Amino acid sequence: MKALRNFLDNQKPHFKEGGKFEKLHSMFDAVETLLFVPDTVTRKGSHIRDAIDMKRTMIVVFIALLPALFFGMWNIGNLHYLSAGESSTLWNNIWYGFLKMLPILIVSYGVGLGLEIIFAQIRHHEVNEGFFVSGLLIPMIVPPEIPLWQLAIAVAFAVIFGKEVFGGTGMNIVNPALLARAFLFFAYPGDISGDKVWIADKADAFSGATPLGNALVGKFENLPSVYDMFMGFIPGSNGETSTLFILIGAVILLATGIGNWRIMFTVFAGGYIMGLLFNLWGENAYMDLPAHYHMIMGGFAFGAVFMATDPVTATQTKKGMYIYGFLIGMIAILIRVFNPAYPEGMMLAILLMNVFAPLIDHYVIEGNIKKRLKRLKTVTS
Amino acid sequence: MSTENKEREPLFSAKNLKLLKEPLNISNPITVQVLGICSALAVTAKLKPAIVMALSVVVVMAVSNVVISLLRNGLPPRIRIIVQLVVIATMVILVNEVLEAFLFDVSRQLSVFIGLIITNCIIMGRLEAFAMGNKPWPALLDGIGNAMGYGVILIIVAFFRELLGSGTLMDYQVVPQSFYEFGYQNNGFMILSPMALITVGVIIWVQRYKNRELIEDN
Repeated sequence: MKALRNFLDNQKPHFKEGGKFEKLHSMFDAVETLLFVPDTVTRKGSHIRDAIDMKRTMIVVFIALLPALFFGMWNIGNLHYLSAGESSTLWNNIWYGFLKMLPILIVSYGVGLGLEIIFAQIRHHEVNEGFFVSGLLIPMIVPPEIPLWQLAIAVAFAVIFGKEVFGGTGMNIVNPALLARAFLFFAYPGDISGDKVWIADKADAFSGATPLGNALVGKFENLPSVYDMFMGFIPGSNGETSTLFILIGAVILLATGIGNWRIMFTVFAGGYIMGLLFNLWGENAYMDLPAHYHMIMGGFAFGAVFMATDPVTATQTKKGMYIYGFLIGMIAILIRVFNPAYPEGMMLAILLMNVFAPLIDHYVIEGNIKKRLKRLKTVTS
Repeated sequence: MSTENKEREPLFSAKNLKLLKEPLNISNPITVQVLGICSALAVTAKLKPAIVMALSVVVVMAVSNVVISLLRNGLPPRIRIIVQLVVIATMVILVNEVLEAFLFDVSRQLSVFIGLIITNCIIMGRLEAFAMGNKPWPALLDGIGNAMGYGVILIIVAFFRELLGSGTLMDYQVVPQSFYEFGYQNNGFMILSPMALITVGVIIWVQRYKNRELIEDN
């Protein structure tokens, strides 16, 4: 550790103003702060700082994602060997999935971080941790067979138009990871929807339809059992099939206070209530689907736990969070049941509510101001 | 901008040339004034309709600017908007008839958007702001300049949308077949209108990057 510190201290002058690598100072800064706690001290304004900075927040989310990620790797391998009719062991499955995921992870981080660094250099900003979580989220919400060049374009689109044009990390209006997925979904629909893409190297005879795909075409008898869907032994995007492992991540997020329980809870509540409403309506077989099925099919749980709770794009007020979460859940189920073009509504529901989040906050705050003004008037009069 | 006392001004004086050039860059109707966005989104999925649209707007705008400029002194202010609309509508109908007669396919593709040139705010804006107060010759130049500024953006947007969205230009395939065999696919998103908006945004970005005086202080 000491040697590393000394090495960094020796190199530091080269990256300071006037040094020979002056232009790369943000790179150096990024490496240094990644390895050590920054020694910069606040000089003016507030001196009280929370120990939990952006780096810590991001790391916790990263850790919370790992259970679902490893399960996703296992699931890729398991489904592959299952479709080929071969038997396999736990480690075989994980190794196969790991080899499938690795290029996706490399492309996602490579393109994303590369662009972040370029923008940071041009703007003389520090390279920050903004892409740390997005870079892991993106591989988890795409199919295992996604062509890498498409992924690269989608990541570039998401980083540039989702984030950097608005001013970088923390300024984005919509969730960059979901934007990347939405871009893939609209630009190259053939590789991110349908029955063929969800299992790596699928044998032709094996049905690769996701539960949502089955539900959409009315094949409800083909739906897996509740246990299978909850555990995640189903085709789907890389990291989102297992509700159980996502809930483990949710527990990590909630226990550390990083994830917001109001949003998580209300997304599930909104989805469940919408499912029950459709049960009451009961006009077709999709509406009659038990409400809890919606929670465990597709990306609902993943979206609720990891996407909707993104603190930058969600609402900031407490009352706003309830409204925001509830509407996400409701709209997601609404799109699933009503729109035949989009089997999964979670992505679109979250992106839509991301855009409306500032509006919700605005009205919540206005409402609060009005309420307090009224109280003030009754006291003074 | 009254030019009453300059009787013998040359036809292409610096001032007149400015009328022609400025709308192409620093006062571009789409990227700087942000007018006429709807049609820029609607007709730019393919290059051919975009070019036809651009030419139609040039004709409509140049002629209506001249006509209004000729009428400007005899026009009662209270009914000027209605007269302007009549002039524009006449021109649009003429252009539409010509297109239907000679370019039927493209006219089908553009469908209602030729008719909607009437509502294009750039045209009304120039009639009000320029033709009502200037002589026919500068008005002609101003009309052509602004319509060209509009058309150039339309064509740039359509170029990228058709190239990336359909792999063709003017309906000729330009992305080689071997690319597709390697797994390249056309970007379906480019054909949808959100990408037209983003493409216009990118053009604005590039223009402001090159031309710092366009950046507002805030």
